[in-house]
Amino acid sequence: MHDLNQKKYWKENLKYLAILLSIWFLVSFVFGILLVDQLNTIAFGGFKLGFWFAQQGSIYVFVILIFVYVRLMNALDKKYKVED
Amino acid sequence: MDIQTWTWILVGLTFSVYIGIAIWSRASSTGEFYVAGKGVHPIANGLATAADWMSAASFISMAGIISFGGYDGSVYLMGWTGGYVLLALLLAPYLRKFGKFTVPDFIGDRYYSNNARVVAVFCALLISFTYVAGQMQGVGIVFSRFLEVDITTGVLIGMVIVLFYAVLGGMKGITYTQVAQYCVLIFAFMVPAIFISIQMTGNPIPQIGFGSTGADGIYLLDKLDGLHRELGFNAYTSGSKSKVDVFFITAALMLGTAGLPHVIVRFFTVKKVSDARKSAGWALLFIAVLYTTAPAIALFARTNLIETVSEKKYSDMPEWFTKWETTGLIRFDDKNGDGLIQYVANKEKNELDVNRDIMVLANPEIANLPNWVIALVAAGGLAAALSTAAGLLLVISSSVSHDIIKKIINPSITDKGELIAARVSAFVGVCIAGYFGINPPGFVAAVVALAFGLAAASFFPAIVLGIFYKRMNKEGAIAGMISGILLMLFYMLKFKFGLFDGGKGVVAALSSDWWFGISPEGFGSIAMLVNFIVAITVSKFTSAPPESIQKLVDNIRIPSGAGEATH
Repeated sequence: MHDLNQKKYWKENLKYLAILLSIWFLVSFVFGILLVDQLNTIAFGGFKLGFWFAQQGSIYVFVILIFVYVRLMNALDKKYKVED
Repeated sequence: MDIQTWTWILVGLTFSVYIGIAIWSRASSTGEFYVAGKGVHPIANGLATAADWMSAASFISMAGIISFGGYDGSVYLMGWTGGYVLLALLLAPYLRKFGKFTVPDFIGDRYYSNNARVVAVFCALLISFTYVAGQMQGVGIVFSRFLEVDITTGVLIGMVIVLFYAVLGGMKGITYTQVAQYCVLIFAFMVPAIFISIQMTGNPIPQIGFGSTGADGIYLLDKLDGLHRELGFNAYTSGSKSKVDVFFITAALMLGTAGLPHVIVRFFTVKKVSDARKSAGWALLFIAVLYTTAPAIALFARTNLIETVSEKKYSDMPEWFTKWETTGLIRFDDKNGDGLIQYVANKEKNELDVNRDIMVLANPEIANLPNWVIALVAAGGLAAALSTAAGLLLVISSSVSHDIIKKIINPSITDKGELIAARVSAFVGVCIAGYFGINPPGFVAAVVALAFGLAAASFFPAIVLGIFYKRMNKEGAIAGMISGILLMLFYMLKFKFGLFDGGKGVVAALSSDWWFGISPEGFGSIAMLVNFIVAITVSKFTSAPPESIQKLVDNIRIPSGAGEATH
């Protein structure tokens, strides 16, 4: 592959990583831990919201994040013609 | 039929399936033995990874830990799942593209150094042996509790089964048995959970029952918080650990998960780079089924337990209470002699001591479920322990036969010779693991936590930098790994074993000296940061890696051209 193209591919990949990992950090470390007390004042069905993020919500988001990543990367591979 | 008969039938049935698969999937080359010929379907690999990952601890102990810890238990839920996001985004696709057999392979080649390879082999063996001992012990415990054979016989039976499919089939045999084991363990975990969720909330989905109301119209979580307050415990939904500690333990478990060699190596078995990403997603989905159910079980079991025992007459206790009392997992001591059970936070007044493992093992009995469901839990616990043990044994055997014998001692060894070496080392590995399973060193539980810290402090930075930082050279990587491991070992020895301050007795008192208030379980995150900083600093002052290595890094960053595994 052309050097310049490879650089662009890698840059876009890093951008995706930055976005997805920020969400990963947000739902677990921020919602589930740092802001848990504030979020716990909000009721979410029978849950306190912060507690729900720590024991349920963050895990659901993790699963979604990986599948989103799979889709994004498959499209990116296609765009730069680097599919395997 | 009684529980014993059901248990023998279910355990016998599942074990014959595992043996059948082993005979069907024998390995005939090192490629098949180490990485199943790189032909595993991503969903099959996801199932196998899930079984590989979920150990005896996940299956038997985790719900109990959450049950007693409430919110504090969240560190395990987030920590042991969030690591897969790191694995999928930062490691798995690139390591698959690299296309070798083991984690030390990557470290040794990327850092063009057999010294780096040796450090990696040492870490891989240390992590895997500590972990596998716990699994064999789990096998023994399940056998002894459910089938009334002694622990030694239980471990021996487990050893023979693992030997059979790990030695015969290598990664190929292990992969397909793990697929079967996932099905067994998840069925065994979910059936009681669904039954209990219906009983307590009328909703068959435990994740929803978790946030529902009980028969009295009060939300279960609110009710349990109330019960906890009455009895003097911390509120279930807020826990007692400090925020800093919760943060760093979660981080250490995530980073450790992403650095565990037996998990990473599973992603070497798929056909393509895109399959590696996909199968990480499937793996986490399959894991999430158990991990989102466990906190619901924890809540149901805790509520059930308190309502059954608190301020009730000892003489009125149901049959399971006395049964588990004879095993020593429940202990009652009527301190004030009133014949009632006082179960309270105050240690002076508390009369009941309940082992946390009971929450899963006895939950079906507590909820009065049919005998076959109770027997199912035994088969599930065995599946969880055996699948993890097999994955770890493969890392042990490939570290010896591939990384040490083939790559360092005798590079001219034939494929056939290496395959024999791999089988022999798997055999020796099983025997050592079995020995530790029968004679568990007192520090196993403590050292399993160390395994995560070590993986976070050693492999994670070395691999991530190897992929994302082209300038990283061998001097930096080796210095980083060594300083990360040593710092982690020092902290564990000091604060977990009290080695420098007069032994285990003083460990509790040392907690006020924790650096930044971080417990040894969470310190892996700090050791990992130190590894990163040392590695980058040292590499700045030493020469850049050779041109060929920079090309290698360029190559693993793009998916195209991932072929068959090469040596």
